[in-house]
Amino acid sequence: MGKTFSEKVLGLKAQKEVRAGEVITVSPDYILSHDNSAAIIKEFRKLGVKDVKSPQKLVIILDHVVPAASEKYALNHKTIREFVSAQKIQNFFDIPSGICHQVFSENGFALPGKLVLGADSHTTSYGAFGAFAAGIGRSEVATLWATGEIWLRIPETIKIEIEGELPSGVYAKDVILKIIGEEGADRANYKAVEFTGEAVKKFSLASRLVLSNMAAEMGAKNGYFEPDEDTLLWLKGRAKDKYNVISSDPDAKFEAVLNYNISSLEPQVACPHTVDNVKPISEAEGTEFHQAVIGTCTNGRLEDLEIAARILKGKKVHSSVRALIIPASRQEYLHALKKRILEVLAEAGCVILNPGCGPCLGAHQGILAPGEVALSTANRNFRGRMGSREAQIYLASPATVAASSLEGKIIDPRKFL
Amino acid sequence: MKKGRVWKYGDNVNTDVIFPGKYTYSILEPEEMARHALEDLDPGFAQKVKLGDVIVAGKNFGCGSSREQAATCLKYAGVQAVVAKSFARIFFRNAINQGLPVLQSEEAVDSIEDGEEIGIDFIGGKIKTSRGDFKFPPFPESVMGILEAGGLIPYTKKKLEGK
Repeated sequence: MGKTFSEKVLGLKAQKEVRAGEVITVSPDYILSHDNSAAIIKEFRKLGVKDVKSPQKLVIILDHVVPAASEKYALNHKTIREFVSAQKIQNFFDIPSGICHQVFSENGFALPGKLVLGADSHTTSYGAFGAFAAGIGRSEVATLWATGEIWLRIPETIKIEIEGELPSGVYAKDVILKIIGEEGADRANYKAVEFTGEAVKKFSLASRLVLSNMAAEMGAKNGYFEPDEDTLLWLKGRAKDKYNVISSDPDAKFEAVLNYNISSLEPQVACPHTVDNVKPISEAEGTEFHQAVIGTCTNGRLEDLEIAARILKGKKVHSSVRALIIPASRQEYLHALKKRILEVLAEAGCVILNPGCGPCLGAHQGILAPGEVALSTANRNFRGRMGSREAQIYLASPATVAASSLEGKIIDPRKFL
Repeated sequence: MKKGRVWKYGDNVNTDVIFPGKYTYSILEPEEMARHALEDLDPGFAQKVKLGDVIVAGKNFGCGSSREQAATCLKYAGVQAVVAKSFARIFFRNAINQGLPVLQSEEAVDSIEDGEEIGIDFIGGKIKTSRGDFKFPPFPESVMGILEAGGLIPYTKKKLEGK
């Protein structure tokens, strides 16, 4: 019987034949961390080890609170910079770079067949390029820095086949929200997800990243796409290392195969306070909100900003809305700048923020007061995430957020397209 | 065997309500983390919790972020174990790596009520209540080793020192 992608890639890493359910000890190709590197350094020091075992495997990207919003954050960043310099860590990206998942991808670390572990739950993003990428905790990253090894359980795989054509005004974000709403926040807990089907083969890499990124919101350990010509083209000139495309065998055993047809999908909205509380736009329409966020590792790429600009061009954001635009990385920021997309958005009354995580995790740049409502392109709407526990967060596509910003309440973006 | 008061919660208790994101990079001391435990789920919890208390919850406990402080804050608040119908993957690993036992038992969760006193026998794999015992599979040796050492960092340190 054939094997899934997860069984093959983790078997190669463990140098033995493995099946789902087995526990193996492996050494990842890359280890990602961000502002939490300061806390990881603290744990690493407790191990009594002087040097990082394989500094070339570390990728450290400052993104969560950049530039530093307080003395404490500043001290964290300083600690990290000093450690990076002392340990001769080459793959360090300081505060101008952008959100770790975008920067990691743009810089060619997210490669087919590689094993990436990161101290961030949305490390699943790199499945979009055919990598096995999973989130882990701080103690595990500190241990990896010291020993290079970690135990992993080979996950069962859920295959999600997506067929049909995306209707106008409906995007990758709507597709993944629909899936999470149907399947629930724990459907893929401890499991890997493989996205396949004719519809997603037509998705841009940026759109595939939306699905892989949000696979974490179903509890998934990984959100894999089989690399195709578009993937290889995208990696040309970027790939930091040699790589091998690894695919599931045609007769691989999947835990389940889920089928979705998106041809008649409507825009979707995740309502407070869980990501699986998803409703079609018609049931959320009219909800008033105070802050719009277009950005984050889920939807802060050029194609997202382009959609927003198309809708907002020549118009004004409603006076009751604070619309924040946060490009996912400096590269995306520069593309949007050169294409005059940022100009259109600024003229519409948006606030253009620097690349980074922004207010997504509630640390700075747009914290919500009690009673306030946000409509965001982010991936999480948990109670208190963006500030007050008495605030509410709705999640939607960039088109829905941009269109709704014009009226100060959630509306169907299709009438603007 | 320690006995403790039960704090019972529902499904999908996420890491943001266990330990809010706004503190993740500004609070680095575990004792201070404990003062914010469950702040956005049950704001009174951190003041009232006592050493040895047990959290009992529904499915997918600890879903969301990879922040390990979600486990650290509970441990340092005095919680001796979390019993849930299921745990989110990263939280499950983080809890063990912080030396916080995580026990899975649907039956126990359905039976146990908020505020009651329960005991946990880790060696025998039993949750003891006034209405009887609920079994859970004992931890594998490697996991027990991490829990006994007080977490992955002290466990790894000992291993590296060849003890």
